[in-house]
Amino acid sequence: MTTPSRMPEPYGQGSSANLADILERVLDKGIVIAGDIKINLLDIELLTIKLRLVVASVDKAKEMGIDWWESDPALSSRARRDELTRENAELRERLARLEELETGRAEKKEAP
Amino acid sequence: MTGLRYVYAVCRPFGTPLQSQLKGVAGDPPRGLTHHGLVAVVSHVPERDFAEEPLHRHLEDLDWLTETARAHQGVIDALTTVTTPLPLRLGTVFRDDSGVRTMLEAREEDFRRTLDRLEGRVEWGVKVYAESEPKKAAQPAQKAASGRDYLRQRRAQTRSHEEMWQKAESFSTHLHEQLSAFAEDARLHPPQNPALSKATGRNVLNAAYLVPRAHSEEFVELVDRTKGELPGMRIELTGPWAAYSFAGEAT
Repeated sequence: MTTPSRMPEPYGQGSSANLADILERVLDKGIVIAGDIKINLLDIELLTIKLRLVVASVDKAKEMGIDWWESDPALSSRARRDELTRENAELRERLARLEELETGRAEKKEAP
Repeated sequence: MTGLRYVYAVCRPFGTPLQSQLKGVAGDPPRGLTHHGLVAVVSHVPERDFAEEPLHRHLEDLDWLTETARAHQGVIDALTTVTTPLPLRLGTVFRDDSGVRTMLEAREEDFRRTLDRLEGRVEWGVKVYAESEPKKAAQPAQKAASGRDYLRQRRAQTRSHEEMWQKAESFSTHLHEQLSAFAEDARLHPPQNPALSKATGRNVLNAAYLVPRAHSEEFVELVDRTKGELPGMRIELTGPWAAYSFAGEAT
């Protein structure tokens, strides 16, 4: 077998590859074979690791000023739309009330 | 011969030697163990780190895991330049060479089938990020003069936010369709964790594409052309990877 004559340049790989790219492949993908040393990444350990990473990421993200999930807890587009629809309705209502008040005030002013 | 055997990948015999300075997960250089016409790429690892109890402990240690994952990927990456490896999941460890041979025999048929399916293919990772806040709409330009102004501004913000997510969604969907049509196979992965990726913005697409090596250049160009198509979207391409996402059972 020969080395392919022309390989595209690697993009963002090697030491610069992001840790998430590497971990999601070497831990979650690849062929699963039961070796002599029993590890069950899919159950306990991986869960622990994932939980820790989530905790770590929340702190880190807050440090970086990213907190969009706080207003978007379900992290789904549907929840996002529902939330926006609700907020929109609420704001419209408030706007309508304000406009009513203002109209009322203006009418009072006009009336002698 | 002491120590345990850490297995990185299974492949067909390859002529080109691996780089001589290549180091495995515990510093020992990986070598090929040939059996029944298949090669298991193996290195020796010490019992004190890779026996059951210490391994369990280490897996909970993110620094150890990071280092080990990078070394594992380093070996797979080196193999990818000379052959088509089937990457095994991190932490596949046997007591001795005969344990590795037994495993090769037991899975022989699977390995051959998967090797045939993936021969000459590589994996490309494509991620799309949307900036988490549209820059201008994040703060009102000036203080709202009245309640009505405030509401108007707030409504405009909400609308632009909503529009941005809709755009990000349809952009990602369209890109994924386009790339899937070109690739032989595709997988969608969950969005990435910002703490690990150190990436800014929100990861709206995280996908892997199986592409014949010979068509890789075209694939890269296809991805490059979409960059800058929509402001506020960032596209990241990684690869070529070994076909990690496609090494499991065919769907």
